[in-house]
Amino acid sequence: MAPSVDTPDPPPPPTLTRTPHTLPAPFTNSSLSVLTQGAEALVYRTTFLTPNTPCVLKYRPPKPYRHPTLDKRLTKARLLAEARVLVRVRKEGIKVPAVLGGDWENGWLVLEWVGGSTVRRVLDGWVESVQRRLADAEGGREQVEQPDLEAQVGGEEEILDLMRRIGRAVGKLHGIGVVHGDLTTSNLMLRPTPKANVAEKTGQLLDGDIVLIDFGLASQTTTQQQDEDRAVDLYVLERAFAATHPSAEPLFQEVLKEYGESYNGAKKVLKRLADVRLRGRKRSMLG
Amino acid sequence: MANVRTFELPHFPQYPVHVALFKNVTNVAYLRSQLLEANAAFDYAFLDASMILSPTHLLSATQHALHHYQTSRLKARTPHSELVFRLHPNNNIGESYRKFGISDSTTVLIAVKLQLPHEDGDGDGGGDGGGDGGGDGGGDAGVTRESVSRHLGENVEGESVEIGEDGEGLGRFCDLAAVRKVYKLDGGGGDGGKGKGKGKKGAVNGGANGTVDEVDERKEVEAVVLGMMTIKGS
Repeated sequence: MAPSVDTPDPPPPPTLTRTPHTLPAPFTNSSLSVLTQGAEALVYRTTFLTPNTPCVLKYRPPKPYRHPTLDKRLTKARLLAEARVLVRVRKEGIKVPAVLGGDWENGWLVLEWVGGSTVRRVLDGWVESVQRRLADAEGGREQVEQPDLEAQVGGEEEILDLMRRIGRAVGKLHGIGVVHGDLTTSNLMLRPTPKANVAEKTGQLLDGDIVLIDFGLASQTTTQQQDEDRAVDLYVLERAFAATHPSAEPLFQEVLKEYGESYNGAKKVLKRLADVRLRGRKRSMLG
Repeated sequence: MANVRTFELPHFPQYPVHVALFKNVTNVAYLRSQLLEANAAFDYAFLDASMILSPTHLLSATQHALHHYQTSRLKARTPHSELVFRLHPNNNIGESYRKFGISDSTTVLIAVKLQLPHEDGDGDGGGDGGGDGGGDGGGDAGVTRESVSRHLGENVEGESVEIGEDGEGLGRFCDLAAVRKVYKLDGGGGDGGKGKGKGKKGAVNGGANGTVDEVDERKEVEAVVLGMMTIKGS
């Protein structure tokens, strides 16, 4: 059940008394607020190079429980890997945030700001609007049935097109030998195209470019391992779709359909996906 | 007096960056000789404007130079030469100067002067600045937009070109093909991908939108170039 008005208020979120991290130079004296936090990195919004260029600052603070030398090495290796993949992928013309700056020794990376919202939010909004429309139709069946049906068909085509764009984006990425490693709907952004500012009636616009973000776990594989990793990417994305709402799951078929056409070898990955579905993301280590 | 635009990079408020742009420059040989003699009065980053893609391209190199300066990790001898060095994708200072610095055939020129806080200026310039004469040393510490403008106005023979508030004009003389070549964005899959994209758009929009494509292409090249400058040497 989606949370509605009559559910009791959730308890207030615990006030985190997190000691604020001191940011490294040159951000030490800038007061930045955290956008989000992952397991490894803190993400801030700030400006870079010019006062009106918004950007994302990804900072991996030192982990006090690790030996300092090891900590530095891991931080450096991971940040650099992320930056290298991003530059390589961008060079291939795939839409990802540009790398604007960084300092591996000090654990930070500055990335281009990607506008729009996550596909996760778009899907949530879509599911909600479909439910609302169904409820409306339920209420005043006689009057609204015809126009409502039409609207729904229109919406359907829009959302399916979005799915195809996702399939293409992921296919392109895999096609150049890069695996994302954490492909969830939260790591897919829908960035409105600058020209298509004619957001009119529906309130939620499904037009725009799919931009892949967060390459913190990405890898450039070249071996046979690749099909497995690609299939796991798809599997993780599929789970993310299923987690949004059961009604979003069939949409994923459209993603796969488009993905299958996107590069040579995509079909093989889809076959592999069937195996992964049976056993889950982790591979048995028994032989 | 030359037109000088002063930039303040976010997070580097203590380091104003003075930039001047010239066209039809006739005395590059003289400017170059002053650089080679390490004349402290000519402690600038002199760049060939045809190799600068956009304001952001230049500011990115500046940011890298200032950051490495601030964290005491300069690879080159001075912050100004570090700026030139940071533009090149490889780790070779001489090569950086050959590609991005001025050569005798340069006619469009960008001069960058970093205004460094006094005590740091002393620390880094102590060797040349102090040795070359007290007058220069004093000038170094008291760098202002005014002093840069006067000095460049007196010493660069060419037409000063005004730079817009957001750096408009800095990419005006860019030789996109040459920039692509230095960053190796010509062959390979990258260009294939872009070429395809461009072809598609061109087919749809026809010739009229050629300028729009050019802007898009520059933006794409810039995005990759900034990334390459960031991961350079690591």
